[in-house]
Amino acid sequence: MFTYIARRLTVAVPTILILITISFVLMWSAPGSPFMGEKLPPPEVMANLEAKYGLDQPYWKQYVDYLTNVIFHFDFGPSFKFKDRTVNDIIAQGFPVTLTYGFWSFIVAVIFGVGLGVTAAIRHNTWLDYLAVGFAIGSQSIPNYVMAPILVLVFTLWLGWLPGGGWEGGTWDHIIMPVIALSTSYFASIARITRSSMLEVLNSGFIRTAKAKGLPMSRVIVKHALKPALLPVLSYLGPAFVGMVTGSVIIDQYFSTGGIGQFFVNSAFNRDYSTMMGITILVGSLTIIFNLLVDVLYAWIDPKIRY
Amino acid sequence: MKIKTTLMASTAALLVLSGAAFAASPMAGETLAADQTFTYQDIDESPSIDPGMVEDVSGSAVARNLFEGLMNQDADGNLIPGVATGYDISDDKMTYTFHLRDNAVWSNGDPVTAGDFVYAWRRAADPATASPYAWFVTDITGIKGAGAVGSGEATPDTLGVEAADDHTLVVHLERPVPFFAQTVTHATMFPVHQATVEAHGAEWTRPENIVGNGAYVLTEHVPQERMVMERNANYWNDGATIINKVVRLIINDETQAFTRWQAGELDLVGVPSGQYLALKEQYPAEIYSNPRLCTYYYNFNVRADGPAWAQDVRVRQALNLGFDRSVITEGILQAGQIPAYTFTPPTTAGFTVPVVEAAAMTQEERTAKAKALLEEAGYGADNPISLEVLYNTSEGHKSIAIAISQMWKENLGIEATINNMEWGTFLEARGAGQFEISRAGWCGDYNEASTFLDLYKSGSGYNDAGYNSAEVDALLAEAKTAEDPQPLYTQVETIAAADAPIIPIYFYTSVGARQATLKGWPDNNVENAWYARDLYKVE
Amino acid sequence: MYPDKTKMESLTEAVNIAEVKGRSLWSDARTRFMRNKAAVAGLLILTAILLFALFGSLFQAWTHEAIDWKLMGRVAQIGGPSIESGHYFGADELGRDLYARVVQGTGISIMVGVVGSLVAVVVGTLYGATAGFFGGRLDNIMMRTVDVLMSIPFMFVLILMLVIWGRSITMLFVGIGLISWLDMARIVRGQTLTIKNKEFVEAAIAVGVSPFTIILRHIVPNLLGIVVVYATLLIPGLIMAESFISFLGLGVQEPMTSLGALIQAGSKQMLYGAWWQIAFPLFFFLATLFAFTFVGDGLRDALDPKDR
Repeated sequence: MFTYIARRLTVAVPTILILITISFVLMWSAPGSPFMGEKLPPPEVMANLEAKYGLDQPYWKQYVDYLTNVIFHFDFGPSFKFKDRTVNDIIAQGFPVTLTYGFWSFIVAVIFGVGLGVTAAIRHNTWLDYLAVGFAIGSQSIPNYVMAPILVLVFTLWLGWLPGGGWEGGTWDHIIMPVIALSTSYFASIARITRSSMLEVLNSGFIRTAKAKGLPMSRVIVKHALKPALLPVLSYLGPAFVGMVTGSVIIDQYFSTGGIGQFFVNSAFNRDYSTMMGITILVGSLTIIFNLLVDVLYAWIDPKIRY
Repeated sequence: MKIKTTLMASTAALLVLSGAAFAASPMAGETLAADQTFTYQDIDESPSIDPGMVEDVSGSAVARNLFEGLMNQDADGNLIPGVATGYDISDDKMTYTFHLRDNAVWSNGDPVTAGDFVYAWRRAADPATASPYAWFVTDITGIKGAGAVGSGEATPDTLGVEAADDHTLVVHLERPVPFFAQTVTHATMFPVHQATVEAHGAEWTRPENIVGNGAYVLTEHVPQERMVMERNANYWNDGATIINKVVRLIINDETQAFTRWQAGELDLVGVPSGQYLALKEQYPAEIYSNPRLCTYYYNFNVRADGPAWAQDVRVRQALNLGFDRSVITEGILQAGQIPAYTFTPPTTAGFTVPVVEAAAMTQEERTAKAKALLEEAGYGADNPISLEVLYNTSEGHKSIAIAISQMWKENLGIEATINNMEWGTFLEARGAGQFEISRAGWCGDYNEASTFLDLYKSGSGYNDAGYNSAEVDALLAEAKTAEDPQPLYTQVETIAAADAPIIPIYFYTSVGARQATLKGWPDNNVENAWYARDLYKVE
Repeated sequence: MYPDKTKMESLTEAVNIAEVKGRSLWSDARTRFMRNKAAVAGLLILTAILLFALFGSLFQAWTHEAIDWKLMGRVAQIGGPSIESGHYFGADELGRDLYARVVQGTGISIMVGVVGSLVAVVVGTLYGATAGFFGGRLDNIMMRTVDVLMSIPFMFVLILMLVIWGRSITMLFVGIGLISWLDMARIVRGQTLTIKNKEFVEAAIAVGVSPFTIILRHIVPNLLGIVVVYATLLIPGLIMAESFISFLGLGVQEPMTSLGALIQAGSKQMLYGAWWQIAFPLFFFLATLFAFTFVGDGLRDALDPKDR
């Protein structure tokens, strides 16, 4: 196991380096400069701005400088757009927000998704099965940018129960609507994964034995079938994480949460190079770590899996 | 000359006398609400609220609340005292002496001195600060030596401004600038607390560090989410301030923002595009549309390496005439915008819009003339023009581009395609002249025609069309030193209208929705310079 | 004592008929598919939508970009669906015919999904099959590369690419397809590992067939089942990815449109009374996604023997 982890980590390092390099190259190829506004600064000021942020250095030097800062000081540099913040500030502020509502969205999605999936599996090929899967797919297919305004319309304007946006440190009434909007993105996939793996498990030998022994269906499911059926859901955590960060763009824009997804997209459009790099590296590293954790967890739960 | 001096002096005196007649002034019979919190929306976070670095309209609004300049604007855009009680102008109009009041203090108790202004202006012009608005000081204000400071040839202390004593600021200009007094209301010219900036560097605008001399102090700032400003008890005119707290929410989506306004979470919000008429019927008292000092227009690429058809003035005129501006203003925007046939808005102080033939014709006449011009130039059904309109990604720009290109297609048989780019790419393409027609908008930096007409100058960095007319250049140079530049300005507009390097489309209005309980909004201020201390809420 | 000739003949006939009507795996799968009501419904819906996208333009009264000037500015009041005005689905906020635009948008969205899926399939299958077949170090290197690439947040890279190299529909196809080939490669490699140990492959190697011919002629056809299933399941995801890209303003250029762009425009107008502007595109969007999903599920249930 430890050799496996060590092996994966050794691969992780060049992966992140490649990630940084690709982002660097792509960004430098993009036309436009971070200092453009409707009123372009005159050439002297542009030169000064570029000197201030080290953009006038040759590319290789910028690259090396950047790597040194990131690896040895965990310093992602200043933001090119927000003159009084560093990228570390932005990430420190935005990431916990995204993490919070992402985490709760996933929990909600797992609870509902698994429930729906199990139901569908038990009542396989009946109308209940189709209805459950249909409902899950439907809610996943409605784009977030349609769901968000509807939620605000219903809960803020008509009912007046919840505030229309903002985060204010993450009070529960600010978390609810982002969670509803985002959880529907995972919902269907989790339901379908659970359903198919549950079907497999229900057809296997040890379940047949349990049923033959006369156990009631509910005990069969809860005590025997659920754990192995949930394993594939675990491996879905990886892509779900990436999806959470991508989907958070819309959530951030509509609910003004100040999360990381919005910063990323805006920084791409503003050519805020350092913020873009910082967030890309962050997401990339976390994806790698997550995937590793999930695989380790997988092996720990299922003794048959050996690396 | 002498008469002029007396006039100037008495103007300054009048300003001092009228000093009391500003700030929040409730009418008789209005009961103030118990909760005086003003909540408003901005579409996006500003890059900076440091006066020396402010570059956008929303950042300037914040700066106006946290800091105060020498002079302020009243609800009609006229100058009223700020930190300065008034100013004198020398006979040759090249020296301005500002008299600062003695009771203006920073939020930490330090008195506001002339030295603070000297420091701030030098800092804004200093290349080391790398301010995106440094050009305001170096090019617009005409302060002596500013150009050399901006290009790095001279050190900032050579800037033509000095503190004669703690309460007297003397400014030396290198040429008479008729609108100089107005420029000091701009955020870039606000004072900055030297000790704070030097102690905290780039982080001095954080709530825990910031020191300002405005009516409010910054107490909370979460980027992309909210900003909270609270009453500054040390402000010299704090007694007249009614609003206690200003909350600024960043809401990217205009529809979402409007829904929240309807739910009562906001006092002031923008109106979603295209919904003005319908919402005005629904909320007649709350929806407003005020004149604004901005123009929306399309650039032709008249450079030598631009498209061939763009070199022919007849084709340009044809395109200029060949679409119905009222479709845009009354069909799409519907918020009281005014169709434009020349560049400078009619609301610009002192400016007379020249009478242009096109403005008086009916649309049928214009279309007929356009067709005739096209034929004359050799284009028609057998030799159609195909062109591309470039705009930056936005729903509003898209709708307008679609409408105009369709009208060209139907009226003139032009094969027009439209293409949008996101902001950064768009600016690069437009600035480098890689377009055939590009969309543009320009807002005046001060209330005088030259802020628009300078774009026609052949060397201007904002002359995206590449327009080059020796006649216009000469007139603009003359206007800089002329006694009365207005007739010259009008002449420039007439020439440009004939040359048609751009297609003016409409003059902006400032559109929004505000709760009926919010009062004091400066509806007549064309630069939309609002101060929270002038607002108040009623029951 | 001798068997009745006619009876013998009819018996032979019966045996022959039974032999001719042998049951192939494909027909087994087809029967299973047909039994799955949801999958069949999905297939019917998909066919209907494809017909709509291909031939719907024959019925439209307006082009997808012409503006109905009479409606300009008053769409919410008079721009609703009506047969007389020719706007069967109503008009959008600029006065353009929604029916024509939905026809076009559906076509574009489906094309993006299908072409993107094709890109993923072609690249992923070849890559995965090669890695799986050769095994050893090549396999290791190729799969590690896949792992590395999987950690890169591709959506971010796609945004960058669209920003840098401009927007074109080809870029969209390629970019979206490239996001998804990695999963395909992994799955194909797994399947190849199973297939390559079968006897017919051993036989082919023994006979001396070149490895690439083996891959192309023996392995890939046997992968077809799982590849087709996965490709069908990919399409909804790609259509949604395209709608997200349109939301960011990086999708297809005006006057062309996609379902994602139409829905996004409609969602802004739905609060002001023009419900048709979101209802119709959203309906087609959901129907397409549902159809592809059910068909894909049905195919997987039908072709995957383990599920029985």
